[in-house]
Amino acid sequence: MNSTYFDYAATTPVDSRVLEAMMPYFTEKFGNANSLYSLGRDAYRAVEGARESVARSIGAERPDEVIFTAGGTESDNTALIGILTKLAPEGGAHLIVSAFEHHAILEPAEFLEKQGYELTKLKPRKDGHIHPDDLRAAMKPNTKLVSIMHANNEIGTINDIAALAAVAHEGGALFHTDAAQTLGKIPFNVTELGVDAASFSSHKIYGPKGFGALYLKKRTPLVPYLKGGGQEFKKRSGTQNTPGAIGFAAALELMIAEQDVEIVRLSALRDRVIAGVTSVLENTQSSVTEGARLPHIVSMLINGVEGEAMLLQLDNKGISVSTGSACSSGSLEPSHVLLSIGCPPEIAHGSLRISLGRFTTEADVDYFLEVFPPIIERLRAMSPVYTRMFGSK
Amino acid sequence: MLYTEKVMDHFNNPRNVGVIDDADGVGEVGNPVCGDIMKITIKVDDTDHINDIKFQTLGCGAAIATSSIVTEMARGLTLEEAVAISKKQVADELGGLPPAKMHCSVLATDGLKVAVDDYLTKHGRAPIAGEVKSADPNFDPHADEDDHDHEEEAVAPTPPAQDPGCCQR
Repeated sequence: MNSTYFDYAATTPVDSRVLEAMMPYFTEKFGNANSLYSLGRDAYRAVEGARESVARSIGAERPDEVIFTAGGTESDNTALIGILTKLAPEGGAHLIVSAFEHHAILEPAEFLEKQGYELTKLKPRKDGHIHPDDLRAAMKPNTKLVSIMHANNEIGTINDIAALAAVAHEGGALFHTDAAQTLGKIPFNVTELGVDAASFSSHKIYGPKGFGALYLKKRTPLVPYLKGGGQEFKKRSGTQNTPGAIGFAAALELMIAEQDVEIVRLSALRDRVIAGVTSVLENTQSSVTEGARLPHIVSMLINGVEGEAMLLQLDNKGISVSTGSACSSGSLEPSHVLLSIGCPPEIAHGSLRISLGRFTTEADVDYFLEVFPPIIERLRAMSPVYTRMFGSK
Repeated sequence: MLYTEKVMDHFNNPRNVGVIDDADGVGEVGNPVCGDIMKITIKVDDTDHINDIKFQTLGCGAAIATSSIVTEMARGLTLEEAVAISKKQVADELGGLPPAKMHCSVLATDGLKVAVDDYLTKHGRAPIAGEVKSADPNFDPHADEDDHDHEEEAVAPTPPAQDPGCCQR
């Protein structure tokens, strides 16, 4: 049976070239980068070399603007809590995040609200983007930090970060972006975008899990989250993860080298999936169609079927996908992202996210288009309300 | 969250799928807002035994599996025996359900109860199953689970074809 992985936005395999670069640092060059003897100094040089590479890749002015962390979630938590509590230690300051952020931003934001900060969750418009005018309208004299994701991981829409950061700065606030889904996949340059901080995740770009980074523009205030030995310029203590840093830097270099070709290739595959589904099955649509979208994400609404049932049926055929249905989530709520763009819950239950990647082939798309319509037809035939709600099959 | 082999079997090979056209009793429960809708149709013979039963379900793996197994369990039972089937029995028959999915087994037994009472009231007899919350179109099956907070306002499900909002056609 074919094994077709269509969930690259969830995670990616470690590229063999990345693994090769990492291997020596597990068993031969295993030194603690803080140690003064040569084994330690070699590790230190490796970590700092990785830092310089990442700084170059993102267009940072200096390598010490890149802090290594244990992943995107840590970077997000550090950015929100670390920056806001330094800027306004007594509370009272206003934080704006978008309503369709990943939970790694929403949870620390809600935590800060309970600690006495004001929180606004800015809604996207129906087109799935956060509009600069709406951000401007939400800014207040006491707004100190704004965090808007570069692109949404569920629906694939890309926000105009340069414009949003400018609005934040106009209003006297700092600007952070969660770039976990965009780094390496579309052009990303901290200077061009004008951000003060940005979060990155290694396992989204064929690097190892448990590793990420936080870009912090020089002089950006921060209360460190992890306190200890003072590593990462006293901003994030803990013995450096040498293989992780090497792997992440190597993974990012590969992404950037292959970026232009991959944008074209993946966009074409993405569009083939969408056209293939909508031309064969009635009552199916993309959740968003306007504006800039990521090349690798397909977000579709399959009316009259439930997402978990769709996912399990596809799994039977060896195809791995994601869904925003309530039944498939731990919380029993349908996707907050789809609800935030005005999708009614009964439509959000039929959501399907396919995300493509480096190892996706035309044959994978062919196979999916062959097995998907019969699955949907069968599930719709089993439904008591399909004809009543959506018209004829 | 893991499903048992038996749940997966009933999900992949559901028994008694369909609609009995000249059904004696019809029970429809659940609502599109919550994403689970189940319709059970039954034929009842003149000794009050269920001699045919079919289901249709829009819902997740557990919803389909519990509908399927409840039709197997109810076939051949008297009306009284059928309404006595508990959600625990349904879950046990499937080898267990993840805690978050236990409400699906309630939906299955509710559908059967509504079908039985539908038959009885159509024949001028007293209903025996009692109040079935999920037959209310505004019912929220997650209302008494503390890991889930639904909005308090009832949302009447409207046919989405009128204004899908986000759905660009």
